[in-house]
Amino acid sequence: MASALAKSMETPKGRKPARKVRILVGKPGLDGHDRGAKIIARALRDAGFEVIYTGLHQTPEMIVSAAAQEDVDGIGLSILSGAHNYLFPRIVLMLREKKMENVVVFGGGIIPDEDIPKLKKKGVDRVFTPGTPLKEIVEYVRERVKPRK
Amino acid sequence: MYEKKKTVKIANEKGRWEKETLGKTLSRSPGRIPRFSTVSDMEIAALYTPDNTGELDYARDLSFPGEYPFTRGVQPSMYRGRLWTMRQFAGYGSAEDTNARFKFLLEQGQTGLSTAFHFPTLMGYDSDSPRSRGEVGKCGVAIDSLKDMEILFDGIPLDKVTTSMTINGPAAMIFAMYLAVAEKQGASFEKLGGTIQNDILKEYIAQHAWIFPPEPSMRIITDILGYCAERVPKWNTISISGYHIREAGSTAVQELAFTIADGIAYVQAGIDAGIPVDKFAPRLSFFFNAHMDFFEEVAKYRAARRMWSRIMKDRFKSRDENSWKLRFHTQTAGCSLTAQQPMNNVVRVALQALSAVLGGTQSLHTNSMDETLALPTEQAATVALRTQQIIAEESGVANSIDPLGGSFLVERLTDEMEEKAAAYIARIDEMGGMVAAIKHGYPQREIADAAFHFQRLVDAGEKRIVGVNAYKMTEDLLIPILKIDEDVEKKQVARTREVRRKRSAKRVKSCLKALREASLSSTNLMPLLLDATREYATLGEICDVLRETMGTYTDPAMF
Repeated sequence: MASALAKSMETPKGRKPARKVRILVGKPGLDGHDRGAKIIARALRDAGFEVIYTGLHQTPEMIVSAAAQEDVDGIGLSILSGAHNYLFPRIVLMLREKKMENVVVFGGGIIPDEDIPKLKKKGVDRVFTPGTPLKEIVEYVRERVKPRK
Repeated sequence: MYEKKKTVKIANEKGRWEKETLGKTLSRSPGRIPRFSTVSDMEIAALYTPDNTGELDYARDLSFPGEYPFTRGVQPSMYRGRLWTMRQFAGYGSAEDTNARFKFLLEQGQTGLSTAFHFPTLMGYDSDSPRSRGEVGKCGVAIDSLKDMEILFDGIPLDKVTTSMTINGPAAMIFAMYLAVAEKQGASFEKLGGTIQNDILKEYIAQHAWIFPPEPSMRIITDILGYCAERVPKWNTISISGYHIREAGSTAVQELAFTIADGIAYVQAGIDAGIPVDKFAPRLSFFFNAHMDFFEEVAKYRAARRMWSRIMKDRFKSRDENSWKLRFHTQTAGCSLTAQQPMNNVVRVALQALSAVLGGTQSLHTNSMDETLALPTEQAATVALRTQQIIAEESGVANSIDPLGGSFLVERLTDEMEEKAAAYIARIDEMGGMVAAIKHGYPQREIADAAFHFQRLVDAGEKRIVGVNAYKMTEDLLIPILKIDEDVEKKQVARTREVRRKRSAKRVKSCLKALREASLSSTNLMPLLLDATREYATLGEICDVLRETMGTYTDPAMF
């Protein structure tokens, strides 16, 4: 699928335009609320990003390995179970261990305001809370996530 | 309900009114918005008149409360006899924490219990599994073994209080723990009343807490149906749930259609397993969402009752009236609440609860105002319960049965709900039933499309949400939120390890071996699960045995 997409992007002369920004939308942990993650995935795809969705019930290991395999530029994580204080920093840490610290990690879900500064300190670039318009998230990704060298 | 001649005349008159009286006003000032529609985007006309319900036959389609097709209610006296059960969903932290919350709610006048389990329990993992890190006690109560269940219901007589448990993938295992606690309390199984959700199909469709693939899951469910028909006759074996389908973003029609289609699949599975339909169907119950659009919701509940009774009677040839009655629990819509200006949620919940009551619900959970922020504080949970009590005691709406019956709008919407849901069900039948439809990803895709459509409407300002895209405030009103003690995980892991040390390893091993063998045959698994539970085999250990013989299910990850 990904390679077919890449092919379709080639110009007739065979010159490749700038690579599309690749975003992994991930659902770490055991919570099954994927309404938000799926809507974000669609909105980012419609906005021209290449989107890979992990599906539910992912461990941090699974997310980081998918990010490496798919060579993504950003990871959007969604958690609604309250496990964000453990899972978000764990994923950031594992990315660092894999020398992938230039992958931008952002997230959203049911996350109390007071947890947000702590998550940012631990390397989560931005946390979106319920009620955020899609446009705001798309603009953030466009602004903040660039193809990694 | 009216003579044909009269409705034709009314329709003509309405045409004249639209052109002359209404037209004059609209030519001076057009409507507020170009198109009026429900929260599910179902178009609503300016005015409903008898011609809109022209096909309706009172005796055939509405009838009387407690009589087929039950459109106006399943009980003859409805809330004049007994109010709905006020059943607040609760569960967080350790079994001790939740036991204390249960007792608090009972003291406040709540009339039934409803248990929320944390995610590891919902997925069949013990608290010390690596998969459970960070999740223990967060979204519900941590239950790993009979030991936790004993603490959860300590001091609560199970033969007197009815308990609902939101558990699906491991429903049979958690139910076995509940039965084992009842046994220890000396409560006979015949007396036990309550509900296990046990609705695995909607897990694949919407809620996503599954363990096994569809076929073995359906087999466990029919084992429960068979076991309860013989041993626990008052227990509600499946709570066929539209709630989560709606929360995942479906429309009201989809919620109704997919829920009824799931119900059809369970009844067919029971019949195919050789259980006579009227032995298990009276114990099936339903669970719906109460969303924001008031009349749409009332119509949905009324249509659900009418549809189910006809399906049971005509499609499944049931003879027992109790099999025809769609009894249901309602919960107000969590997804409709806002993190912005959270106190406004109290008002949303009150309106939603009112629709459930006017729609004839048998039991009700009202969400707390802090639902979008965390699990409820005691204060927020109390206001939510009081909301129901005010509706019941002060508003007067419980005085007369189905008070909106006969409203041209509500009757028209009820018909429309039924027609549109029936079309969905026909499509699912063509695919070979709900299990096949799920494998095609059909309901999942329909819901994701609807969710995306709604979000677009909100972002475009076509659907307005107070505090989110209208009447915004820079400073939100802050309310206190519940924090889960991070020590819960450590303590829970220690307790489960202690349980493993203290029990008879030999007896656990032989119970698990017997369970494994039974799972490979067609023996009913319930007695074996009960045996393993009594010996303090943990939920994770039991599920691991069955994961090995039955396989696991993973998310197809469509978006």
